[in-house]
Amino acid sequence: MSLLEVSDLHVKVADREILNGVNLEVNPGEIHAIMGPNGSGKSTLTNTIAGQEGYIVENGDLRLNGTSLVELEPEERSYAGLFLAFQYPVEIPGVTNMEFLKTAVDSHRKQRGETALSSVEFIKDMRALVTKLDFNPEFLKRGVNESFSGGEKKRNEILQMLCLEPKVALLDETDSGLDIDALQVVAKGINEFRNSNNAVVLVTHYQRLLNHVVPDYVHVLLNGTIVKSGDASLALDLERKGYAWLEQDTSP
Amino acid sequence: MTNNIATTPEELIRKEYTAGFVTDIETETFPPGLSEEVVREISRKKAEPEWLTEWRLDALRRWEKMEEPTWAHVKFPSIDYQAISYFAAPKGDKPKSLDEVDPELLRTYEKLGIPLHEQKILAGVEEEPSQPRVAVDAVFDSVSITTTFKETLKEHGVVFCSFSEAVQSHPDLVKKYLGSVVPKTDNFYAALNSAVFSDGSFVYVPKGVRCPMELSTYFRINAENTGQFERTLIIADEGSYVSYLEGCTAPMRDENQLHAAVVELIALDDAQIKYSTVQNWYPGDENGVGGIYNFVTKRGTCRGARSHISWTQVETGSAITWKYPSVILRGDDSIGEFYSVALTNNRQQADTGTKMTHIGRNTKSTIVSKGISAGHSSNAYRGLVRMNPGARNARNYTQCDSLLIGSECAAHTFPYIESRRQDAIVEHEATTTRVSDDQLFMCRQRGIEPEKAVSMIVNGFCRDVFRELPMEFAVEASKLLEVSLEGAVG
Repeated sequence: MSLLEVSDLHVKVADREILNGVNLEVNPGEIHAIMGPNGSGKSTLTNTIAGQEGYIVENGDLRLNGTSLVELEPEERSYAGLFLAFQYPVEIPGVTNMEFLKTAVDSHRKQRGETALSSVEFIKDMRALVTKLDFNPEFLKRGVNESFSGGEKKRNEILQMLCLEPKVALLDETDSGLDIDALQVVAKGINEFRNSNNAVVLVTHYQRLLNHVVPDYVHVLLNGTIVKSGDASLALDLERKGYAWLEQDTSP
Repeated sequence: MTNNIATTPEELIRKEYTAGFVTDIETETFPPGLSEEVVREISRKKAEPEWLTEWRLDALRRWEKMEEPTWAHVKFPSIDYQAISYFAAPKGDKPKSLDEVDPELLRTYEKLGIPLHEQKILAGVEEEPSQPRVAVDAVFDSVSITTTFKETLKEHGVVFCSFSEAVQSHPDLVKKYLGSVVPKTDNFYAALNSAVFSDGSFVYVPKGVRCPMELSTYFRINAENTGQFERTLIIADEGSYVSYLEGCTAPMRDENQLHAAVVELIALDDAQIKYSTVQNWYPGDENGVGGIYNFVTKRGTCRGARSHISWTQVETGSAITWKYPSVILRGDDSIGEFYSVALTNNRQQADTGTKMTHIGRNTKSTIVSKGISAGHSSNAYRGLVRMNPGARNARNYTQCDSLLIGSECAAHTFPYIESRRQDAIVEHEATTTRVSDDQLFMCRQRGIEPEKAVSMIVNGFCRDVFRELPMEFAVEASKLLEVSLEGAVG
């Protein structure tokens, strides 16, 4: 059984159809990249899977480990093992990263019928994790994304992903706006995360992240449908040729 | 999901106002009404000296000529002052020790989580030496039930007792300082309080003494149709330090009840007073029926050089709050601080803030106000910073933030600045934010349920103020916000 299954997904946002029949199958151990020009529906796809309000599923289904997500609340999808790294992570002033992470981790533990971790234990785990990722430990004491640089915000998403150990991680343009160093740190985090039981879906504009995190499949999303799928070499083709040639292919 | 804040309301369990129970106890209550005779009777009950009876009567005569203030941003039907009873107390003589206290009363405080047994706290200290001890004065309706750790405090020369007791044991201090910070004609409610005040707490910390434990008073309104009019007086002599905490609750009733207290603080040279309040009076139900009218006058005077007064308040209760803890910075180099979290939900109304009056040279004041509005509530910050002509190099910093939850509530800011000096530095920063859909979605995506998410966001918003609270109060305050926000989401 595939981990994430998107079948014939039709989604409306503010009464406009953005996705019209997306199909995607992601198996354990796989990395998928979804590419496409601005406005093709990439963020709509990830937001819909995560259950953002206002994204109305008109038709089709979303399944994680065989369970349909469509009727689930965002937190229930999280418990089911879904993670979304945001394109624009928001600030929560006054709430420290440590506190936020612990609250999230404890919520997940509670769902699994486990007791909350002791603060001492948690802090120890987090320090180890942060060091492994080459983050400054001070990171944990700061307010969630509060006056973080663009790169720091994206790293913070990776940290949250590693903490929550989801089955499927959707990364929405986590590479955009990163300098070379930050890009490598983020890539390291993703490679650290992946194993034969989980899966990663990268939404990206550029080939450059894919040099560090090599995808098994690359899909091109255009005008609300996946028009082409291939292996990692497709990303290189896109880098060279752009999207126009695909647009012509699909026009009726 | 009808509101801006996404959730499923049916999943949310509405918590009760847990302090809303009534203690079934025989009470002696005066019949409703206010007259010279009532004032004399209160004074007689407390065996007060003649001067104090006269002081009360003078206040009453002046109050009769005064009018209720109408400038606050609150609305309520006019109060019939003749329909209120001005004295209520559990029957019988004041208990001499805890053994004599009615078990029903002891149960009440147990239920509220207020420690009246000294040994219990002491036992805790043996295991956890870091845990500070707290002395408690428990005021039930119009009288003080008991005051703990009096003997321990006495060894350090600290006087901590009920106000009525202080009138008997330390008449000179009472006479010298009563009304010296809040004159009896200061305002309508202060005048009313001056005429009919019942119990409250009295603290005197002698020269150079650092009070060895936190002092606290726990106010409980129980009787029906009564008002509570307590009076608190805290004097910190030269070079002394005291931290004082105040908490309050009341039963859930459909009628509004009046609470009009007066608190006076006096800090002499190099003295410091830290006054913290967690106010959780019954706020009324979600339709605005019932609840306490909390009309309180709190003021401190930094009388001595280098003295320091700070007010920290967490206001989550009351149907209406009208309260401006203030500092008069008379001594040179004195410091005044006001840290406030005011949360209103449902139909609650709050008009709260502070006054910083700079008189001495090099005086400094800091104001940090965090207003949180939810439901259909209205929350106003009102503050005055006044730089008098003699206040050379005075400075003030004000930060005033509002957080909105939902779209039916309101936040207002009324800052007044009166500066008579060219060299005064007055800074004012204000922000208004709301708990955004994006914040909430991010939390939920990480598995944090909406109510927990809102309370976490609100707690983060209040962090600057909570930092100022003593440890055990900070925890209580944080929990209180969670309860008060019940039903605010959805």
